[in-house]
Amino acid sequence: MNQPKKEHFKENLKKRHSSAKVFYFLLLICLLVGFFTLSVLIIDLAVEGGPWIRSQLFTNYHSRKPEEAGMKSAIVGSLINLGLTGLFSFPLGVGAAIYLEEYAPKNKLTSFINININNLAGVPSIVYGMLGLVVFGRMFGLFAPDSWLVQFFNLPVGKGALGGLQFNLLGIPWLEIRLPFGRTILAGGLTMTMLILPVVIIASREAIRTVPNSIRDAAYALGATKWQMISTQVLPIAFPGILTGIILSLSRAIGETAPLIIMGAFTYVPFLPKSLWDQFTVMPIQIYNWITLPQSEYRIHLAAAGIIVLLAILLSLNAVAVFLRKKFEIHWS
Amino acid sequence: MLQENNLENIITTKDLSVFYGSTQAISKINLNIPRNRITAIIGPSGCGKSTLIRCFNRMNDLVPSARVEGEVIYSKQNIYSPNVDPVHIRRQIGMVFQKPNPFPKSVYENIAFGAKINNYQGNMDELVEKSLRQAALWDEVKDELDKSGLALSGGQQQRLCIARALATEPDVILMDEPASALDPIATLKIEELMQDLKEQYTIIIVTHNMQQASRASDYTAFISIDRTRVDDRVGVLVEYDQTSKIFVNPSEKETEDYISGRFG
Amino acid sequence: MRLGKTTTQIFERRIDPSPNSSVRKKRLGSKEKWISRILFFCGFFSVLVTIGIILSLFTEGVGFFLRPEVSIFKFFTGTTWRPLSKTISPDNFGVLPLITGTLLIAVISALISVPIGLGSAIYLSEYASDRMRSILKPILEILAGIPSVVYGYFALSFITPIVEVIFENWLGIEVSFFNALSASIVLGIMIIPTVASISEDAMRAVPRSLREAAYSLGATKFEAVSKVVIPAAFSGITAAFILAISRAVGETMAVTIAAGATPQMTLNPLESVQTMTSFIVQVSFGDAPAGSINGQSIFAVGATLFTMTFIMNVISDFILNKFREVYE
Repeated sequence: MNQPKKEHFKENLKKRHSSAKVFYFLLLICLLVGFFTLSVLIIDLAVEGGPWIRSQLFTNYHSRKPEEAGMKSAIVGSLINLGLTGLFSFPLGVGAAIYLEEYAPKNKLTSFINININNLAGVPSIVYGMLGLVVFGRMFGLFAPDSWLVQFFNLPVGKGALGGLQFNLLGIPWLEIRLPFGRTILAGGLTMTMLILPVVIIASREAIRTVPNSIRDAAYALGATKWQMISTQVLPIAFPGILTGIILSLSRAIGETAPLIIMGAFTYVPFLPKSLWDQFTVMPIQIYNWITLPQSEYRIHLAAAGIIVLLAILLSLNAVAVFLRKKFEIHWS
Repeated sequence: MLQENNLENIITTKDLSVFYGSTQAISKINLNIPRNRITAIIGPSGCGKSTLIRCFNRMNDLVPSARVEGEVIYSKQNIYSPNVDPVHIRRQIGMVFQKPNPFPKSVYENIAFGAKINNYQGNMDELVEKSLRQAALWDEVKDELDKSGLALSGGQQQRLCIARALATEPDVILMDEPASALDPIATLKIEELMQDLKEQYTIIIVTHNMQQASRASDYTAFISIDRTRVDDRVGVLVEYDQTSKIFVNPSEKETEDYISGRFG
Repeated sequence: MRLGKTTTQIFERRIDPSPNSSVRKKRLGSKEKWISRILFFCGFFSVLVTIGIILSLFTEGVGFFLRPEVSIFKFFTGTTWRPLSKTISPDNFGVLPLITGTLLIAVISALISVPIGLGSAIYLSEYASDRMRSILKPILEILAGIPSVVYGYFALSFITPIVEVIFENWLGIEVSFFNALSASIVLGIMIIPTVASISEDAMRAVPRSLREAAYSLGATKFEAVSKVVIPAAFSGITAAFILAISRAVGETMAVTIAAGATPQMTLNPLESVQTMTSFIVQVSFGDAPAGSINGQSIFAVGATLFTMTFIMNVISDFILNKFREVYE
């Protein structure tokens, strides 16, 4: 009864097994693309840029003489920008995450906010540059001499390049405020904050979600108010995850070029920014500038050296984030 | 064990043991599965019934840490010998799972799947109809073969899975608790189906529903924990006989205890 | 405020907080209210960001279109983009060359990122052992973390020379140094991790029982993967594809560095083109004054770009949500 059945199926096992093997090798090749790219990149950077990592790179500003060119202002600018971005995005991002996870009612507004955050995460970074330019840099032109605001309130705006409103908050000399923010490092920090905010919110929410509800219940049962429960129980537990998320977002921010260019960061900055209201540049912009210069010392060697420095800082940030995550990971048994 | 005369064994296991890593799941099982009969495998949960049945179509190969010792003889060959292709075995020994798992394709495509990959030489439409009839599903879906398999009810989905397994024209059909996710009416339909199928196929069914085993099967194997091993939980064959004997007058006390519900 | 309370303290609160007790005021008092208001503001802030983006782009964009030298119709249908030409006329402000350049690069890069990303995802999800995954996933993550500027450098230093060698030396076809193909290749590599990640999630969402069913019918691994898993994950994979294109459309620096600044209506990837994003960057470097025609043109282009990526992201999200519904 078995023999006739078997003839219905020409199993073709050999052919099918060799197709399976071919498929497997194709898949391996796919993986090799990434691996190959990384290897080539690392070798190229090491060879072309390695010898150019000298003290000049860190102590000098950009110069027309390649031998003397460095990225001092770019490095400092990047670090200050990063600090500002972290400073602004932490409260806003974590606050939003707490609100959405612990307070928000299940209604249309909340779903709208959720959808909105997801959409913002997918907006190209260059658009954030345009946001920064108009909202922070120029403030919609509200402080231009011919704006309705200035005319109506008779605001004492300066003319020309340093135009706009300038005053000291509460009269204190070093609490100087300038409106609009213009092409300053403050505007740069705010622009980058807008860029990484959606990701910080999403990562912080994940971290808050991992706190088991039993902890919340226990806190309430002991008589804690909502904020007490959050600040004393949930946040300390979620904190490492939140911090990891922010650091990873910052490591992405440090490599961003387009938003800062659009918003008005400069390319050639032969000084270190000393106040929030100073002009600035960042490492990726400096690197981009070098890539576009005709001399090979700039576009190959200095660019590669600059990239090595950028990647080194980036990797350090990532390493810190991974280290923190592993160190403070709680295993709920 | 009392066996009917002139009964051919389609699958025989010799000292079959399975390890997952360093943990042993079942130990030295010796079983003769008779052709064209329904053999039930019963026992408390976690004793290796599924592990045992999955040896028959080498599905344990899919678990990286699984290691099989002993032999499983089918078609005069140990299916675990190195020159046997598991893909070939699986066409001949089909399987129906606990939770119905039709592909997210049409009813027709579900059934044709196994046949197509095995290069069926005959008329596909006829094969699909035949399989659905054998699974007692044809009348319910014959006008809607393009409908998605997932649109059927739970009981219908399971019969679809049976039809799908039948389409590769296997000798043996393994059923791993096929009705445990279904309502009583659907369950009854499956049991009736099994009786019809055993004319052409051999059926091995794992079940923890003892009433089902005593109603529907011809032979029953009772797998339970090895009492001689205190620290490990290893499944061994306690008793294997015609169903009528197992449920009325079992030889082993442990069997009697299990059947009368003293443990489970 | 410490949580450890003595039993008396807890009972005191529970039993009778008199209406004037400071305890009760503290609990329901203004502090909690203010905190929840502040937190709501933080949550709502993201909506303000979106409003900010839309306002920025569209108010300035409208300013651009209101200019007499520009016509909306010709903007969207014109095939010449020459904003720096001496003749400022609507004929020189047709955005199609920029859109063509953007899409040409985006599509070619998707032809690279989707198959390779999908292949990586299949390997990771169906074939790789845990050890392999622990090596390969970090590599993909590192690839995803490399800044766009660095990919631009990689394009010029490695990819463009190879493209020149292959096409000019071997095939005798003319290649411009700045060309769309180099940019597309590098963009494709850049987006592989995104495609791989979404596709892998889609495939892992396919229940194990479906794979078991396929194997139990006598399928080889290739057959189970290609005929059951991938079709079941298909809409997730489609979402990954759309997202890949959306990301490529929004990419700036790698493209600006490698593809050139020649807005033209060409489908020849060996020529220099200009994308929407690199035009915006170009103008920003040029320090065009705020109200000038070029200063405003970047917003019109930016609004077009934003709308395109927004639509693609919405479609991709929609598909992903439908996909998740099936498997959850």
